[in-house]
Amino acid sequence: MAITEMLSYGFMQRALIGGSLIAILCSVLGIFLVLRRLSLIGDGLAHVTFGSVALALFFRLYSFYMTLAIIPVVLVSALGILKLAQRARIYGDAAIGIVSALGIALGVMLASLSGGFNVDLFSYLFGNILSISRDELIIAAVLFAVVIAGVLVFYNDLFASTFDEELAKSSGIDTGRINAILVLLTALTVVLAMKVVGIMLISALLILPAATALQLSKGFKTAIVCAACIGVCTVVVGIGVSFSANLPTGATIVLINFLTFLTAFAARSLIRHR
Amino acid sequence: MTSSPAPSGRDQAVLSVEHLTAGYHGTEVLKDISFSVRAGDYIGICGPNGSGKSTMIKVILGLLPPLKGDISILGTPQGAFKEWERIGYLPQGLQFFNPHFPAKVEEVIRLGRLSAKKFPKRFNREDTLAVERTMEWMGISGIRGAMIGELSGGLRQRVLLARALVNEPELLVMDEPTTALDPETRESFYKLIFEMNQEKKSTVLLVTHDTATIGKYASHLLYLDKKIIFYGSFDEFCTSPEMTGFFGEHGQHLVCHRH
Repeated sequence: MAITEMLSYGFMQRALIGGSLIAILCSVLGIFLVLRRLSLIGDGLAHVTFGSVALALFFRLYSFYMTLAIIPVVLVSALGILKLAQRARIYGDAAIGIVSALGIALGVMLASLSGGFNVDLFSYLFGNILSISRDELIIAAVLFAVVIAGVLVFYNDLFASTFDEELAKSSGIDTGRINAILVLLTALTVVLAMKVVGIMLISALLILPAATALQLSKGFKTAIVCAACIGVCTVVVGIGVSFSANLPTGATIVLINFLTFLTAFAARSLIRHR
Repeated sequence: MTSSPAPSGRDQAVLSVEHLTAGYHGTEVLKDISFSVRAGDYIGICGPNGSGKSTMIKVILGLLPPLKGDISILGTPQGAFKEWERIGYLPQGLQFFNPHFPAKVEEVIRLGRLSAKKFPKRFNREDTLAVERTMEWMGISGIRGAMIGELSGGLRQRVLLARALVNEPELLVMDEPTTALDPETRESFYKLIFEMNQEKKSTVLLVTHDTATIGKYASHLLYLDKKIIFYGSFDEFCTSPEMTGFFGEHGQHLVCHRH
């Protein structure tokens, strides 16, 4: 199918715009998360999103209303992970594990109470960016603006806290607040990313473009810009390939991301050993 | 023997600690310590492992809340102190250092300028000039574009020292900054700090196990072992027979001989 023909479809235009916006968010936040060893927070919040989607479906909320309903649940859960890690004398990975398991358990329980897993829930598990509606695209654009504004406003504090939390604190930076901002922005992004790659693969979109950029970049800003470019390219190519070859979009995007990572990793190894 | 050099007419106390008790999860590591530091002093802090040296530094910097007592920094109670650009901090190393962290040397040094910034924190030309000046003074301009993780341990600590000095702080606090360095690098590192203390009149608090270095460069010695065992000038220390018991004759000779 010709590219021009593909681009002439309204659903394809929405998918490419929405996918690109979400890819930028995932990639930018991914750099901070990967370097802070918080990569799996995306997975944890995705599992909470699964519980929230089941809850929304239980109350028969769909599409636009579902997104609005699950945002506060995921935001509160994100803060819950932070508080657990700070107060329950456990490391962040254990806190993520606890909240993540709770999300899945609630999701399964609600799905069971509502008569078993249904098609709707499965579509959220694996994502379908091609079905993004106009209203959902508007939500994505608004949240994109919110998250990017948050990153830009707190960029230097985020950078300092990511480099070394103790040094950042000694410079008068309220690292507790900065951590809360980072996980809240991540929570908003996870809700959006669910539509692109599905709950099961969200963490891949947060980790892979960032991990690829970290193979290639020299300098922090360069790494962020590089990750965003890789994120957008892989999502756009993934949508195109999946549509042309009739493949599942989320899985295609993740596999293309993985191939890109492998290529960058190999290139870096070659350069280093030359 | 303990003595607290009181603020004289020449200088106000840069740091004043009164009846400080500190620790973790309710366990007291430091008990009821009081001392004050005058501007321009170079205080060498030593003591055995677990004596509370690092705990004291963390409390002074606001990284750990005190259990009891009062701290005043540059004339302001610590709880209300906001001018962190007036203090430089150099830890033993980075908390969880990632050798692949994608930060250039100049980016790391510039982070030190954040303490002087108000919301929204943006860097300007003045910050760039301050970074340039510090790199030049420390002789590291040539590695400005190098990645922090690719540097040797000695150069990396030098970059972190540059980050601590980029605001030309009145008080420089260092917690065992040379533990991982070889003797030659360690010596050049201490010379640099001494120059800064002499030329820029910065006050220095240095935690170290290296008593010979303290004897060579510091003006005062603070010996801790959960409480203050000794605080005073080297002349006082070296003429104190009581101190032989703590350092042993050899240790005291090492400190005093090199001073």
